[in-house]
Amino acid sequence: MQTTNWVPLFPEQASTFAWQVDALYFYLVAVSIAFSIPIVLAIFVFGMKYREREKYVSGAEIHGSMVLETTWSIIPFIVSMTIFLGGAIVFFNQMTPPDDAMTVYVVGKQWMWKMQHETGQREINELHVPVNRTIKLTMTTEDVIHDFGLPEFRTKADVVPGRYTYLWFNATKPGKYHLFCQEYCGLNHSGMGGWVYVMEQRDYDNWLSGNASGQTPVEMGKDLFENKLGCASCHAGGPQQRGAKLEGVYGTTVKLTGGGTVLADDNYIRNSILNPASQVVEGYQPIMPTFKGQVTEEQLNALVAYVKSLTPGAATTSAAPASAAPSAASNTMGGNSASGGANSMTPPKADRGKRDAPGSNPNTPSNSNTR
Amino acid sequence: MNAQDAVLETGYNSGIPPVNYLNIKTTLASWLLTKDHKRIAIMYLISVSVFFMIGGLFAATIRLELLTPASDLLETGTYNKVFTEHGIMMIFFFLIPSIPAVLGNFLIPIMIGAKDLALPRINLLSLYIYWTAGALALYGLMVGGVDTGWTFYTPYSTTFSNTYVMIVGLAIFINGFSSILTGLNFIVTIHTMRAPGMTWFRLPLFVWAHYAVSLVMILGTPVVAITVLLVAIERVSRVGIFDPSIGGDPILFQHLFWFYSHPAVYIMVLPGMGVVSELISNFSRKKIFGYEFIAFSSIAIAVFGFLVWGHHLFVSGQSPYAGMVFSFLTMVVAVPSAIKMFNWTATLYKGSVSFDTPMLYGLGFMGLFLIGGLTGLFLGSMGLDVHLTDTYFVVAHFHYVMVGGQVIAYLGGIHYWWPKMTGRMYSEFWGKISAMLVFVGFNLTFFPQFLLGYMGMPRRYAAYPPEFQVLNIFSTAGASVLGIGMLMPVIYLLHSLKFGKPAGDNPWMLPGLEWRTTSPPPLENFATPPVVTWEAYEFGEGSGLDLEEARRRAAAPATL
Repeated sequence: MQTTNWVPLFPEQASTFAWQVDALYFYLVAVSIAFSIPIVLAIFVFGMKYREREKYVSGAEIHGSMVLETTWSIIPFIVSMTIFLGGAIVFFNQMTPPDDAMTVYVVGKQWMWKMQHETGQREINELHVPVNRTIKLTMTTEDVIHDFGLPEFRTKADVVPGRYTYLWFNATKPGKYHLFCQEYCGLNHSGMGGWVYVMEQRDYDNWLSGNASGQTPVEMGKDLFENKLGCASCHAGGPQQRGAKLEGVYGTTVKLTGGGTVLADDNYIRNSILNPASQVVEGYQPIMPTFKGQVTEEQLNALVAYVKSLTPGAATTSAAPASAAPSAASNTMGGNSASGGANSMTPPKADRGKRDAPGSNPNTPSNSNTR
Repeated sequence: MNAQDAVLETGYNSGIPPVNYLNIKTTLASWLLTKDHKRIAIMYLISVSVFFMIGGLFAATIRLELLTPASDLLETGTYNKVFTEHGIMMIFFFLIPSIPAVLGNFLIPIMIGAKDLALPRINLLSLYIYWTAGALALYGLMVGGVDTGWTFYTPYSTTFSNTYVMIVGLAIFINGFSSILTGLNFIVTIHTMRAPGMTWFRLPLFVWAHYAVSLVMILGTPVVAITVLLVAIERVSRVGIFDPSIGGDPILFQHLFWFYSHPAVYIMVLPGMGVVSELISNFSRKKIFGYEFIAFSSIAIAVFGFLVWGHHLFVSGQSPYAGMVFSFLTMVVAVPSAIKMFNWTATLYKGSVSFDTPMLYGLGFMGLFLIGGLTGLFLGSMGLDVHLTDTYFVVAHFHYVMVGGQVIAYLGGIHYWWPKMTGRMYSEFWGKISAMLVFVGFNLTFFPQFLLGYMGMPRRYAAYPPEFQVLNIFSTAGASVLGIGMLMPVIYLLHSLKFGKPAGDNPWMLPGLEWRTTSPPPLENFATPPVVTWEAYEFGEGSGLDLEEARRRAAAPATL
């Protein structure tokens, strides 16, 4: 942790929405004090003033007061509603990344964090990011539930096996910040952490070029798709192909055999690789074998990134176009957005139209959102 | 005993009756096969105390380990087991049964003027179920323990943990039936066994709170039983329920678990609120302010308590829209809790307030529950919860509610009704000292944890970054004070059993039915079945108490 704290025993504010969380916190502290002082004062004053003067004297005959009861029901209710609304607004800011996010893939496993940048660099328990850039983490885990917690950025999200969850932040000052696993995950839970290094863009570029990048996720996915796993033999896109065409599919609404529809997002692609029979595209036969157990989480990330790259509007290269319709899905952070309208983390106004369709899907994807 | 010479003209008995429920039969079998709710309550008292001490030892171990940043006293694996077992012992085997099964069991029949609970054999059965479950849980600890956290989150608990999840899970499953039977018994008793004249709105608020809590026990406990069963099925037979690698959904577990475990929080705190309503009103010698509002706020808390479980899942990948609904309902639950706080405070106004040991606990409860309740708003506010969840802020919050609320109320209740249960008074001096030590030690232990939580210290960490150490030292120091404060009652209460001065029927001259029988009460509670002609918390002439006589006795003491 940096030592530039101006308040003792208070974490540094290092992301764009950190001040909002802190403002909410101080508002609640103020509310707490405003309620506590009168109550504690009243207890003391009444306790002193009406203390027992003589044994077994009864107190005054007062049974209650409708006016008082109403007052002290309504005021707490109104105050609690302001807390609710403030919390909801801040929450949606925390859940909704700006459109120009730069993606980092995160895979948790007992007890380490594996990160991969879009440009291919890999890190373990460390994450280097440029300052003043929106970073969106696409996260999953190989084993149990973990949680990617960044106290100085005032955000965290559970990382859940079998699905993708998302986290975003925009770091406001260079420095070294805590990364904690904040969901109990077994033996070495308290050791499963590390650091986020926020760097000036120039330093970040140097860091990138100083690290062997290997394949980028998209390149790795392409390699898997065309050579290692042989997906291309069915999905290459010609008219005679047995597999559904993948170009341009990301972010669109796909019609399924049986009449349902589903939004083609990260979780949908992941599920189609692992449980292909659960969501068969209309007009195709359920002949694809499952790849469960044959691909690692990193390879899945790469395949998703590759399929995504086949849709120009949702390309994973760092800046996704802001308003192109197909890119809407890439901007949602819902861990399980395919299961119904209510499961997206994007605020309603952004793309409500796209939400409706998956809600009508009777065959909700088994992997990402078994109910 | 000098019981005979103390019977006054008023019928007031200042000694211990020669025959009472404690000495009517003294064989072991007469205890183990008893159907008397009072004896069952005493056996529960001893049992929950044992579990409280075991849980307390685990707590002390945790605080010692956290004195230093490194995991040096315990290995991380051991630490994980210790905090898990602290939670399981305290929640399932102390907090949930404590007030209902001890104080509720002892007092509900007496308070409503009944001879016993409606289903005495079922009452004994629930004790035996509790013992079976407790023995199994202790066996689980002895063979190696469990390290999943008391929350048993999947797929860790079903697939990855290689500790004794099955044994401890089975213990929790069995223990649930004890809760269910106790709740059922209370509801039937309160409906059918009230004495003539004891209308619903003459019931002490302690009874109302237990009615509300019984509803939660009956409706909520089966869900956790089923959930634990599903964990067991997945663990044994690898049927995919919660583990995504075999087709399950780990978030489903969290929904099922918290559907019970959030209402369980109210199982723990509602009876405490019932006790505090008694303490505040009786030691102010004044009818409680807004009786109906306190009674119905208990019911409201019980009902709304079932609709807020999702606030444990704001960062779990739950839909944010569902999160909004849960956050809203969480805020709504704050209102009945606030109503109670305000009414208790208003009860003191123009009372005749005395500060005996039970009242000190009652006032301590108000202060601590105030903080516990208000910090609940911090966590119910979604944007703030993202930062605070799974940190020490949560740990501090629920200890303020569970210990600051429930345990303090339990201790207050034990002190308040101790003379009724045993016939003897404890040392008032030591009682006050321990009440104050508990209050100070508690705040010193848990208040620093709010700050730690906001700084970001994660919970369930055996080792932590060094910048968190200072506050952890405060916390551990406070825990030592708290520990001493908690141990003292064990000593002076046990001492009072032999050396305490006889309490008499009604040591504080209070109007409740429990003070209108001997201390300790006879086998079936009342020599003659009572008829209630006074309102709840009636301290004036209508109560039928001979206050003049009592005052005369108080003015001229020690004439025996």
